Amino acid sequence: MIETVSTKLSFQDVLGSMKARFGIGRMDYAVEPGLYAIGKPAGSSPVFVSANYKLTFDTLRKNLAGLDCWLLVLDTKSVNVWCAAGKGTFGTDELVRRIETSELSKYVSHNRLILPQLGATGVSAHEVKLRSGFDVDYGPVRASDIKEYIDMGCEATREMRTVQFSLWDRLVLVPVDLIDAVKHTLPVLGVLLLANQFAAKPFGKADVAVGAGAVFAGTVLTPALLPYIPGSAFSWKGWLLGLSCTAGILGLSGKFAKDDKLLAAGSLLLYPAISSYLAMNFTGASTYTSPSGVDKEIRKALPLIVSASAVGAGLVLGAHMIGKRKVK
Amino acid sequence: MKHKYLKNVATLSYSEGKCVGCGRCAEVCPHGVFYSNGKKACVLDKDSCMECGACAMNCPAGAIEVSAGTGCAIAIIAGWLTGKEPTCDCSSGECC
Ligand code: SF4
Ligand code: SF4
Repeated sequence: MIETVSTKLSFQDVLGSMKARFGIGRMDYAVEPGLYAIGKPAGSSPVFVSANYKLTFDTLRKNLAGLDCWLLVLDTKSVNVWCAAGKGTFGTDELVRRIETSELSKYVSHNRLILPQLGATGVSAHEVKLRSGFDVDYGPVRASDIKEYIDMGCEATREMRTVQFSLWDRLVLVPVDLIDAVKHTLPVLGVLLLANQFAAKPFGKADVAVGAGAVFAGTVLTPALLPYIPGSAFSWKGWLLGLSCTAGILGLSGKFAKDDKLLAAGSLLLYPAISSYLAMNFTGASTYTSPSGVDKEIRKALPLIVSASAVGAGLVLGAHMIGKRKVK
Repeated sequence: MKHKYLKNVATLSYSEGKCVGCGRCAEVCPHGVFYSNGKKACVLDKDSCMECGACAMNCPAGAIEVSAGTGCAIAIIAGWLTGKEPTCDCSSGECC
Protein backbone atom coordinates (compact mmCIF):
# COMPACT_ATOMS: atom_id res chain seq x y z
CA MET A 1 0.00 0.00 0.00
CA ILE A 2 1.45 3.34 -1.04
CA GLU A 3 0.95 6.24 1.32
CA THR A 4 -0.48 9.40 -0.18
CA VAL A 5 1.10 12.57 1.12
CA SER A 6 -0.52 15.96 1.35
CA THR A 7 0.87 18.91 -0.56
CA LYS A 8 -0.16 21.29 2.20
CA LEU A 9 2.21 21.96 5.07
CA SER A 10 0.73 21.83 8.53
CA PHE A 11 1.54 24.23 11.35
CA GLN A 12 3.75 21.50 12.80
CA ASP A 13 5.75 21.30 9.54
CA VAL A 14 6.30 25.04 9.46
CA LEU A 15 7.30 25.14 13.12
CA GLY A 16 9.68 22.23 12.56
CA SER A 17 11.34 23.99 9.67
CA MET A 18 11.85 27.11 11.80
CA LYS A 19 13.50 25.00 14.46
CA ALA A 20 15.74 23.34 11.90
CA ARG A 21 16.87 26.76 10.64
CA PHE A 22 17.93 27.71 14.14
CA GLY A 23 19.76 24.45 14.71
CA ILE A 24 17.37 22.93 17.26
CA GLY A 25 17.05 19.17 16.97
CA ARG A 26 17.99 19.09 13.30
CA MET A 27 19.38 15.58 13.47
CA ASP A 28 16.17 13.66 14.12
CA TYR A 29 14.37 15.29 11.27
CA ALA A 30 13.84 12.35 8.94
CA VAL A 31 11.18 10.96 6.62
CA GLU A 32 10.74 7.21 6.13
CA PRO A 33 12.43 6.28 2.81
CA GLY A 34 10.31 4.60 0.13
CA LEU A 35 7.64 5.31 -2.46
CA TYR A 36 4.87 7.87 -1.87
CA ALA A 37 1.95 9.09 -3.95
CA ILE A 38 0.95 12.71 -4.57
CA GLY A 39 -2.58 13.24 -5.84
CA LYS A 40 -3.85 10.21 -7.76
CA PRO A 41 -0.91 8.98 -9.81
CA ALA A 42 -1.31 6.42 -12.60
CA GLY A 43 1.23 4.19 -14.30
CA SER A 44 2.21 6.97 -16.67
CA SER A 45 2.67 9.63 -13.99
CA PRO A 46 6.13 11.12 -13.46
CA VAL A 47 8.41 9.90 -10.65
CA PHE A 48 10.33 12.42 -8.58
CA VAL A 49 13.29 11.33 -6.47
CA SER A 50 14.18 13.12 -3.25
CA ALA A 51 16.10 12.94 0.03
CA ASN A 52 14.61 11.91 3.36
CA TYR A 53 15.48 15.22 5.03
CA LYS A 54 12.16 16.64 6.23
CA LEU A 55 12.81 20.17 4.94
CA THR A 56 13.67 18.87 1.45
CA PHE A 57 10.63 16.58 1.45
CA ASP A 58 8.32 19.38 2.59
CA THR A 59 9.58 21.87 0.00
CA LEU A 60 9.16 19.31 -2.74
CA ARG A 61 5.63 18.17 -1.85
CA LYS A 62 4.49 21.77 -1.43
CA ASN A 63 5.70 22.49 -4.98
CA LEU A 64 4.03 19.40 -6.41
CA ALA A 65 0.55 20.60 -5.43
CA GLY A 66 -1.94 19.96 -8.21
CA LEU A 67 0.18 17.29 -9.91
CA ASP A 68 -0.46 13.54 -9.86
CA CYS A 69 2.91 11.93 -9.41
CA TRP A 70 5.11 9.50 -7.51
CA LEU A 71 7.73 10.44 -4.97
CA LEU A 72 10.66 8.10 -4.38
CA VAL A 73 12.41 9.06 -1.14
CA LEU A 74 16.00 7.86 -0.74
CA ASP A 75 17.62 7.16 2.60
CA THR A 76 20.12 10.03 2.87
CA LYS A 77 20.35 9.79 6.66
CA SER A 78 18.10 12.86 6.84
CA VAL A 79 20.58 15.07 5.03
CA ASN A 80 19.53 17.39 2.19
CA VAL A 81 20.14 16.45 -1.46
CA TRP A 82 23.16 18.67 -2.04
CA CYS A 83 25.15 17.56 1.01
CA ALA A 84 24.04 13.94 0.69
CA ALA A 85 25.09 13.84 -2.96
CA GLY A 86 28.50 15.19 -1.95
CA LYS A 87 28.81 12.40 0.60
CA GLY A 88 27.47 9.80 -1.81
CA THR A 89 24.42 8.85 0.30
CA PHE A 90 22.20 10.43 -2.35
CA GLY A 91 23.94 8.22 -4.88
CA THR A 92 23.78 5.60 -7.58
CA ASP A 93 23.83 2.65 -5.15
CA GLU A 94 21.05 3.92 -2.92
CA LEU A 95 18.91 4.91 -5.91
CA VAL A 96 19.25 1.50 -7.57
CA ARG A 97 18.54 -0.25 -4.26
CA ARG A 98 15.46 1.91 -3.55
CA ILE A 99 14.06 1.31 -7.04
CA GLU A 100 14.16 -2.41 -6.25
CA THR A 101 12.94 -2.41 -2.63
CA SER A 102 10.04 -0.06 -3.42
CA GLU A 103 9.10 -2.25 -6.42
CA LEU A 104 8.74 0.91 -8.46
CA SER A 105 8.35 -0.90 -11.77
CA LYS A 106 5.17 -2.52 -10.43
CA TYR A 107 3.55 0.90 -10.13
CA VAL A 108 4.80 2.71 -13.22
CA SER A 109 4.66 1.77 -16.86
CA HIS A 110 7.54 3.97 -18.02
CA ASN A 111 11.22 4.10 -17.08
CA ARG A 112 11.95 7.75 -16.41
CA LEU A 113 13.00 9.28 -13.12
CA ILE A 114 13.26 12.98 -12.37
CA LEU A 115 16.07 13.75 -9.96
CA PRO A 116 16.91 17.12 -8.45
CA GLN A 117 19.82 18.53 -10.43
CA LEU A 118 21.88 19.04 -7.30
CA GLY A 119 21.81 15.28 -6.78
CA ALA A 120 23.97 14.81 -9.88
CA THR A 121 27.12 15.09 -7.78
CA GLY A 122 26.34 11.70 -6.27
CA VAL A 123 24.46 9.97 -9.06
CA SER A 124 25.84 8.68 -12.32
CA ALA A 125 22.93 8.65 -14.77
CA HIS A 126 24.42 6.17 -17.24
CA GLU A 127 25.29 3.77 -14.44
CA VAL A 128 21.73 3.93 -13.09
CA LYS A 129 20.46 3.12 -16.57
CA LEU A 130 22.82 0.18 -16.83
CA ARG A 131 21.95 -1.25 -13.43
CA SER A 132 18.21 -0.55 -13.16
CA GLY A 133 17.01 0.19 -16.66
CA PHE A 134 15.68 3.57 -15.54
CA ASP A 135 16.55 6.78 -17.39
CA VAL A 136 17.54 9.71 -15.22
CA ASP A 137 16.39 13.23 -16.09
CA TYR A 138 17.76 16.01 -13.96
CA GLY A 139 15.04 18.47 -13.05
CA PRO A 140 15.59 22.10 -12.08
CA VAL A 141 17.78 23.17 -9.16
CA ARG A 142 14.86 24.77 -7.30
CA ALA A 143 11.70 22.86 -6.46
CA SER A 144 9.68 26.00 -7.19
CA ASP A 145 10.56 25.64 -10.90
CA ILE A 146 9.19 22.08 -11.16
CA LYS A 147 5.76 23.05 -12.51
CA GLU A 148 7.32 25.14 -15.24
CA TYR A 149 9.77 22.33 -16.01
CA ILE A 150 6.89 19.87 -16.43
CA ASP A 151 4.89 22.37 -18.51
CA MET A 152 7.85 22.82 -20.85
CA GLY A 153 7.93 19.06 -21.44
CA CYS A 154 10.69 18.32 -18.94
CA GLU A 155 13.07 20.96 -20.23
CA ALA A 156 14.92 23.33 -17.95
CA THR A 157 16.17 26.75 -18.95
CA ARG A 158 19.75 27.74 -18.23
CA GLU A 159 18.44 29.92 -15.43
CA MET A 160 16.62 26.97 -13.85
CA ARG A 161 19.86 24.98 -14.02
CA THR A 162 21.96 27.58 -12.26
CA VAL A 163 22.46 27.77 -8.52
CA GLN A 164 21.73 31.25 -7.27
CA PHE A 165 23.01 32.46 -3.96
CA SER A 166 20.55 35.26 -3.38
CA LEU A 167 20.38 37.58 -0.40
CA TRP A 168 17.62 35.42 1.06
CA ASP A 169 19.59 32.19 0.44
CA ARG A 170 22.47 33.73 2.33
CA LEU A 171 20.44 35.20 5.17
CA VAL A 172 18.69 31.94 6.12
CA LEU A 173 22.15 30.52 6.80
CA VAL A 174 23.05 33.28 9.24
CA PRO A 175 21.24 32.16 12.45
CA VAL A 176 23.08 28.84 12.80
CA ASP A 177 26.48 30.45 12.19
CA LEU A 178 25.68 33.30 14.52
CA ILE A 179 24.54 31.03 17.36
CA ASP A 180 27.68 28.97 16.85
CA ALA A 181 29.91 32.04 17.03
CA VAL A 182 28.16 33.30 20.17
CA LYS A 183 28.62 29.90 21.84
CA HIS A 184 32.35 30.17 21.22
CA THR A 185 32.47 33.73 22.51
CA LEU A 186 30.88 33.05 25.90
CA PRO A 187 34.00 31.44 27.46
CA VAL A 188 36.02 34.45 26.32
CA LEU A 189 33.64 36.76 28.20
CA GLY A 190 34.16 34.58 31.28
CA VAL A 191 37.93 34.91 31.03
CA LEU A 192 37.61 38.68 30.66
CA LEU A 193 35.44 38.92 33.77
CA LEU A 194 38.13 37.03 35.64
CA ALA A 195 40.89 39.20 34.18
CA ASN A 196 38.98 42.29 35.31
CA GLN A 197 39.77 41.35 38.91
CA PHE A 198 43.40 42.17 38.21
CA ALA A 199 43.17 44.64 35.34
CA ALA A 200 44.60 48.11 35.58
CA LYS A 201 41.89 49.29 33.24
CA PRO A 202 39.07 46.77 33.40
CA PHE A 203 37.38 45.56 30.22
CA GLY A 204 34.14 47.41 29.70
CA LYS A 205 31.24 48.07 27.42
CA ALA A 206 33.42 49.43 24.63
CA ASP A 207 35.43 46.19 24.45
CA VAL A 208 32.30 44.09 24.34
CA ALA A 209 30.92 46.37 21.63
CA VAL A 210 33.97 45.98 19.37
CA GLY A 211 33.94 42.23 19.92
CA ALA A 212 30.24 41.98 19.10
CA GLY A 213 30.87 44.22 16.08
CA ALA A 214 33.56 41.84 14.83
CA VAL A 215 31.29 38.81 15.17
CA PHE A 216 28.44 40.69 13.49
CA ALA A 217 30.69 41.79 10.61
CA GLY A 218 31.91 38.24 10.02
CA THR A 219 28.70 36.26 10.42
CA VAL A 220 25.93 38.66 9.35
CA LEU A 221 27.28 41.59 7.33
CA THR A 222 29.69 39.63 5.14
CA PRO A 223 27.10 37.03 4.06
CA ALA A 224 24.49 39.74 3.50
CA LEU A 225 26.71 42.01 1.40
CA LEU A 226 28.80 39.22 -0.14
CA PRO A 227 28.67 40.08 -3.84
CA TYR A 228 29.04 43.81 -3.20
CA ILE A 229 32.22 43.68 -1.13
CA PRO A 230 35.29 44.18 -3.34
CA GLY A 231 37.65 41.25 -3.84
CA SER A 232 36.97 37.53 -4.14
CA ALA A 233 38.41 35.79 -1.06
CA PHE A 234 35.91 35.49 1.82
CA SER A 235 38.60 36.14 4.44
CA TRP A 236 39.49 39.39 2.70
CA LYS A 237 35.84 40.50 2.50
CA GLY A 238 35.37 39.70 6.19
CA TRP A 239 38.55 41.50 7.14
CA LEU A 240 37.48 44.65 5.27
CA LEU A 241 34.10 44.78 7.01
CA GLY A 242 35.66 43.83 10.35
CA LEU A 243 38.14 46.67 10.01
CA SER A 244 35.39 49.16 9.20
CA CYS A 245 33.25 48.02 12.13
CA THR A 246 36.15 48.01 14.57
CA ALA A 247 37.40 51.43 13.48
CA GLY A 248 33.86 52.81 13.59
CA ILE A 249 33.11 51.55 17.09
CA LEU A 250 36.52 52.56 18.43
CA GLY A 251 36.01 56.01 16.98
CA LEU A 252 32.56 56.36 18.52
CA SER A 253 33.74 55.22 21.93
CA GLY A 254 36.69 57.61 21.88
CA LYS A 255 39.29 54.86 22.08
CA PHE A 256 41.49 56.63 19.55
CA ALA A 257 42.21 59.17 22.26
CA LYS A 258 45.86 59.54 23.18
CA ASP A 259 46.35 57.24 26.12
CA ASP A 260 44.57 54.37 24.43
CA LYS A 261 46.90 54.02 21.46
CA LEU A 262 48.09 50.57 22.44
CA LEU A 263 44.53 49.38 22.86
CA ALA A 264 43.47 50.87 19.53
CA ALA A 265 46.38 49.26 17.68
CA GLY A 266 45.72 45.90 19.31
CA SER A 267 42.01 46.10 18.54
CA LEU A 268 42.65 46.93 14.89
CA LEU A 269 44.82 43.82 14.60
CA LEU A 270 42.66 41.45 16.63
CA TYR A 271 39.02 42.14 15.77
CA PRO A 272 39.20 42.34 11.95
CA ALA A 273 41.14 39.02 12.09
CA ILE A 274 38.21 37.47 13.97
CA SER A 275 35.73 38.76 11.37
CA SER A 276 38.00 37.45 8.65
CA TYR A 277 38.06 33.96 10.14
CA LEU A 278 34.29 33.88 10.65
CA ALA A 279 33.73 35.07 7.07
CA MET A 280 36.07 32.37 5.79
CA ASN A 281 33.87 29.80 7.52
CA PHE A 282 31.00 30.96 5.35
CA THR A 283 32.72 29.26 2.39
CA GLY A 284 31.21 26.07 3.84
CA ALA A 285 27.71 27.41 3.33
CA SER A 286 28.28 29.13 0.01
CA THR A 287 27.26 27.49 -3.23
CA TYR A 288 30.10 28.56 -5.48
CA THR A 289 33.46 28.08 -3.74
CA SER A 290 35.69 25.33 -5.11
CA PRO A 291 37.84 23.22 -2.76
CA SER A 292 40.97 24.24 -4.69
CA GLY A 293 40.05 27.89 -4.24
CA VAL A 294 39.27 27.57 -0.55
CA ASP A 295 42.49 25.61 -0.02
CA LYS A 296 44.47 28.40 -1.65
CA GLU A 297 42.63 31.04 0.34
CA ILE A 298 43.27 29.31 3.67
CA ARG A 299 46.96 28.84 2.90
CA LYS A 300 47.32 32.57 2.41
CA ALA A 301 44.89 33.87 5.00
CA LEU A 302 45.19 31.56 8.00
CA PRO A 303 48.82 32.42 8.91
CA LEU A 304 47.93 36.13 8.71
CA ILE A 305 44.79 35.66 10.78
CA VAL A 306 46.59 33.68 13.47
CA SER A 307 49.54 36.06 13.78
CA ALA A 308 47.38 39.21 13.70
CA SER A 309 45.09 37.78 16.40
CA ALA A 310 48.01 36.71 18.59
CA VAL A 311 49.79 40.06 18.41
CA GLY A 312 46.49 41.95 18.65
CA ALA A 313 45.28 39.96 21.65
CA GLY A 314 48.67 40.52 23.33
CA LEU A 315 48.43 44.28 22.83
CA VAL A 316 44.80 44.50 23.97
CA LEU A 317 45.53 42.47 27.09
CA GLY A 318 48.69 44.47 27.77
CA ALA A 319 46.81 47.76 27.43
CA HIS A 320 44.28 46.59 30.00
CA MET A 321 46.47 44.73 32.45
CA ILE A 322 49.62 46.82 32.64
CA GLY A 323 49.75 50.12 34.47
CA LYS A 324 48.66 51.27 37.83
CA ARG A 325 45.36 49.92 39.03
CA LYS A 326 43.00 52.73 39.82
CA VAL A 327 41.66 52.42 43.32
CA LYS A 328 38.16 53.68 43.58
CA MET B 1 24.75 39.80 -9.29
CA LYS B 2 26.98 36.83 -10.18
CA HIS B 3 29.30 35.62 -7.47
CA LYS B 4 32.95 35.29 -8.42
CA TYR B 5 35.52 33.32 -6.50
CA LEU B 6 39.29 32.89 -7.00
CA LYS B 7 40.40 32.62 -10.62
CA ASN B 8 42.64 29.99 -12.26
CA VAL B 9 42.37 27.39 -9.51
CA ALA B 10 39.72 24.95 -10.73
CA THR B 11 41.11 21.48 -11.48
CA LEU B 12 38.57 20.84 -14.26
CA SER B 13 39.96 19.23 -17.40
CA TYR B 14 38.00 18.28 -20.48
CA SER B 15 39.18 16.30 -23.50
CA GLU B 16 37.10 17.13 -26.52
CA GLY B 17 38.36 14.08 -28.39
CA LYS B 18 36.42 11.69 -26.14
CA CYS B 19 33.20 13.73 -26.03
CA VAL B 20 30.15 12.13 -27.66
CA GLY B 21 28.03 15.27 -27.38
CA CYS B 22 25.32 13.88 -25.12
CA GLY B 23 24.93 17.19 -23.28
CA ARG B 24 24.84 15.72 -19.78
CA CYS B 25 27.60 18.02 -18.52
CA ALA B 26 25.62 21.11 -19.48
CA GLU B 27 22.50 19.57 -17.90
CA VAL B 28 24.05 18.90 -14.49
CA CYS B 29 26.43 21.82 -14.00
CA PRO B 30 24.99 24.27 -11.44
CA HIS B 31 27.17 27.12 -12.69
CA GLY B 32 26.79 26.96 -16.48
CA VAL B 33 30.40 25.99 -17.01
CA PHE B 34 29.64 23.70 -19.97
CA TYR B 35 27.77 24.28 -23.19
CA SER B 36 26.88 21.50 -25.60
CA ASN B 37 25.73 22.01 -29.19
CA GLY B 38 24.63 18.39 -29.55
CA LYS B 39 27.88 17.33 -31.25
CA LYS B 40 30.55 18.46 -28.81
CA ALA B 41 30.67 20.16 -25.47
CA CYS B 42 32.84 23.17 -24.68
CA VAL B 43 33.96 24.87 -21.50
CA LEU B 44 32.43 28.34 -21.31
CA ASP B 45 33.43 29.61 -17.91
CA LYS B 46 36.04 27.54 -16.11
CA ASP B 47 36.50 30.06 -13.29
CA SER B 48 32.90 29.49 -12.15
CA CYS B 49 33.56 25.78 -11.57
CA MET B 50 33.08 24.85 -7.91
CA GLU B 51 34.52 21.35 -8.39
CA CYS B 52 31.33 19.57 -7.37
CA GLY B 53 32.14 16.69 -9.72
CA ALA B 54 28.63 16.33 -11.19
CA CYS B 55 29.81 16.64 -14.80
CA ALA B 56 32.57 14.03 -14.50
CA MET B 57 30.21 11.71 -12.61
CA ASN B 58 27.63 11.88 -15.40
CA CYS B 59 29.82 11.95 -18.48
CA PRO B 60 29.34 8.57 -20.16
CA ALA B 61 32.48 9.02 -22.26
CA GLY B 62 34.92 9.78 -19.45
CA ALA B 63 35.83 13.04 -21.15
CA ILE B 64 35.86 15.12 -17.96
CA GLU B 65 38.15 15.00 -14.97
CA VAL B 66 37.90 17.15 -11.87
CA SER B 67 39.21 16.68 -8.38
CA ALA B 68 35.90 17.04 -6.55
CA GLY B 69 35.38 17.85 -2.91
CA THR B 70 33.85 20.24 -0.45
CA GLY B 71 34.68 23.94 -0.65
CA CYS B 72 34.32 24.49 3.08
CA ALA B 73 37.12 26.13 5.06
CA ILE B 74 36.36 24.33 8.33
CA ALA B 75 36.31 20.95 6.59
CA ILE B 76 39.60 21.64 4.82
CA ILE B 77 41.34 22.83 8.00
CA ALA B 78 39.98 19.78 9.85
CA GLY B 79 41.28 17.65 6.98
CA TRP B 80 44.77 19.12 7.42
CA LEU B 81 44.72 18.55 11.16
CA THR B 82 43.49 14.96 11.02
CA GLY B 83 45.30 14.02 7.82
CA LYS B 84 42.02 12.78 6.33
CA GLU B 85 40.05 13.83 3.27
CA PRO B 86 37.93 16.91 4.04
CA THR B 87 34.28 15.93 4.44
CA CYS B 88 31.11 17.94 4.81
CA ASP B 89 30.53 16.63 8.35
CA CYS B 90 30.41 19.54 10.74
CA SER B 91 30.34 19.02 14.48
CA SER B 92 26.56 19.30 14.43
CA GLY B 93 26.49 16.35 12.03
CA GLU B 94 24.74 18.35 9.37
CA CYS B 95 26.07 21.57 7.97
CA CYS B 96 23.66 22.82 5.39
S1 SF4 C 1 32.65 20.21 -11.38
FE1 SF4 C 1 30.57 20.97 -10.99
S2 SF4 C 1 30.76 23.19 -11.20
FE2 SF4 C 1 32.59 22.31 -12.15
S3 SF4 C 1 32.07 22.13 -14.30
FE3 SF4 C 1 31.59 20.16 -13.33
S4 SF4 C 1 29.44 20.33 -12.81
FE4 SF4 C 1 30.14 22.41 -13.20
S1 SF4 D 1 28.85 14.67 -20.68
FE1 SF4 D 1 30.79 14.03 -21.63
S2 SF4 D 1 30.21 13.13 -23.57
FE2 SF4 D 1 28.41 14.25 -22.83
S3 SF4 D 1 28.62 16.27 -23.83
FE3 SF4 D 1 29.60 16.43 -21.82
S4 SF4 D 1 31.75 15.97 -22.21
FE4 SF4 D 1 30.63 15.28 -24.00
